[in-house]
Amino acid sequence: MRTWDDGGGTTLDPEEARRFEALADEWWDPHGKFRPLHNFNPARLGYLRGRLVGHFGRDPLARRPLEGLRLVDLGCGGGLVAEPMARLGASVVGCDAVPANVGAAAAHAAQAGLEIDYRHCLAEDLVAAGESFDVVLALEVVEHVADVPLFLHACRRLLRPGGCLVVATINRTAKSLLLAKIGAEYVLGWLPRGTHDWRRFLRPSEIAAHLRREGLTVRDVTGVTYAPLTNEWRLSADTDVNYMLTATAG
Amino acid sequence: MPLQNEHEEVDVLIVGGGMVGLTIAAALGGAGLEVLVVDRSPPPHQTAPAFDGRASAIAYGSRLVLEGIGVWSRMAAEAEPILDIRVSDGDAPFFLHYDHRDLGEAPLGHMVENRVTRRALHDHVSELGTVRLRAPGSVTGFDRAGSRAHALLDDGTRVAASIVIAAEGKRSPTRTAAGIRVTEWTYPQTGIVCTVAHEEPHRGIAHERFLPAGPFAILPIVDADEPDADAAAAPDLPWRHRSSLVWTERNAIAPRILELERPAFDEELRRRFGDFLGAVRSVGPRWSYPLSVLIAERYVDHRLALIGDAAHAIHPIAGQGLNLGLRDVAALAEVLVDAARVGLDIGDLSVLERYQRWRRFDTMTLTMVTDGLNRLFSNDIAPVRLVRDLGLAAVNRMPPLKRLLMRHAMGTLGELPRLARGQPL
Repeated sequence: MRTWDDGGGTTLDPEEARRFEALADEWWDPHGKFRPLHNFNPARLGYLRGRLVGHFGRDPLARRPLEGLRLVDLGCGGGLVAEPMARLGASVVGCDAVPANVGAAAAHAAQAGLEIDYRHCLAEDLVAAGESFDVVLALEVVEHVADVPLFLHACRRLLRPGGCLVVATINRTAKSLLLAKIGAEYVLGWLPRGTHDWRRFLRPSEIAAHLRREGLTVRDVTGVTYAPLTNEWRLSADTDVNYMLTATAG
Repeated sequence: MPLQNEHEEVDVLIVGGGMVGLTIAAALGGAGLEVLVVDRSPPPHQTAPAFDGRASAIAYGSRLVLEGIGVWSRMAAEAEPILDIRVSDGDAPFFLHYDHRDLGEAPLGHMVENRVTRRALHDHVSELGTVRLRAPGSVTGFDRAGSRAHALLDDGTRVAASIVIAAEGKRSPTRTAAGIRVTEWTYPQTGIVCTVAHEEPHRGIAHERFLPAGPFAILPIVDADEPDADAAAAPDLPWRHRSSLVWTERNAIAPRILELERPAFDEELRRRFGDFLGAVRSVGPRWSYPLSVLIAERYVDHRLALIGDAAHAIHPIAGQGLNLGLRDVAALAEVLVDAARVGLDIGDLSVLERYQRWRRFDTMTLTMVTDGLNRLFSNDIAPVRLVRDLGLAAVNRMPPLKRLLMRHAMGTLGELPRLARGQPL
């Protein structure tokens, strides 16, 4: 097991882990349970590319603009973000608390001919192992961890000076209760019921406050909204439901 | 024969290097993707006048696509602007009149001879470092099951690509091999195509005339630089003013018309064409095409996208076949380039389905509209004729409806890809 120099506590929520364990085979099935995530993916990848290219001063037209950057995807699931990041040139570590996710992700990457270092571990395990990264991604994960301050602390510890942290999650608003919880799980059936606990959602200001306490600078908060007519997700100024936040170390 | 089989690694393999295939090659290659195009015919053959004597209407939206890709400037000098479209029912007095000034200053579209478009595309892609052309060549086998599509070419070359685009036209062997079924129906009509020379200039006016046998379209093309070869045989008729003709005829009669000697053919032509442009005569060879409609049940499969006539071949009544293909190009190029930009696997179904959703509606609408128009107009039953004449007159008097139909014909209706809005990829 891990050795964690910050004392007790864990970010692992066993209940959440069990829920995802049962879905591990479905990550890459475009018609399976994660279809909404595939649909959502281009918008958040677009945000990542834009932010990282800007922050690291890379050529926005390059095929592999993230070449040479070491990136960790915390809570990588089946690798839906890790693989595109590897294709854009980053050297990627993917970690997940659910063993079956790591297995599914590694199998898929091998088939796609991508070199990605997948590990079954928690953020704090990487800290304990002395790992550090230019880019830390915590996408759709803070709402599933047991201890948010501990998790964000671990994110900061993993970040190299000048590095970039991106957090994506769901806001805690009346609109998000209606759309992201009731709408997505009960009305549209996009997500298995019980995927999210609305009370655990965090407002951008709450995440920002934690990150500032960790000494990071919040650079941007952008909303991700759904356009029902075209069935597509777009980046927007509306952060009431889904949003992405970028913070940098130094 | 190469001693050792070659192996090529590309992002995109395009099967079929016709107008649609080369346009998407230019769009994707221009955006930095590595492209290999395989076509059965060698390039000089494709741009020879005898290979394809047709001219195509390039709608306003299609012109924007070609401009965005950087090809239009290579063909603009030989593109005739369509300033006015006059639709009439035989010799009935009512007619529908589309004037480009109803929508602003831009022409409704341009008429361009296909060989001009092909030559411009060939010249353009040959200057792109990212596009290679294998012509003549063909694909003898596919394996699209894994994380890359693998193709075997007739010369033994093995190609690995993230996605295969089938742009082989109506009888796409790649579509058949993929087991994608089609819905198809035929019309008892043949399209006869030729160029005509006429005494008076056409002044940029296109005519679509609904004769009992089917539509008869007179489409303005640029004047010839010099009198054509046939002018020598007709010293009293040396004109350089030209139009492209699409003459729909019943299957039973078409072969006989096609076989006529030129004086007899020209006599049949004049009976339908009339004398509004002075005297007329046909120029060069004649082509004929059986008319049918074909729609693929789906446009995508694992690591495969159908484009242009391989996905949908519609009735040529409204001159929209190539335009639909170029709108496919704009949509598919945007979907693939956007996906590649964010690191997604461009051959993944979740990516390709976005293209299918985007193009389905436009295609189905035009297929049904052109089929309906043809069924409505290809007969000479008096009541039907009266109703449709009143209909044409009514459309003419309802500016909003007319503008809507014009916008669709111009390709500026609906949620448009960036290229079709005149924006870069």
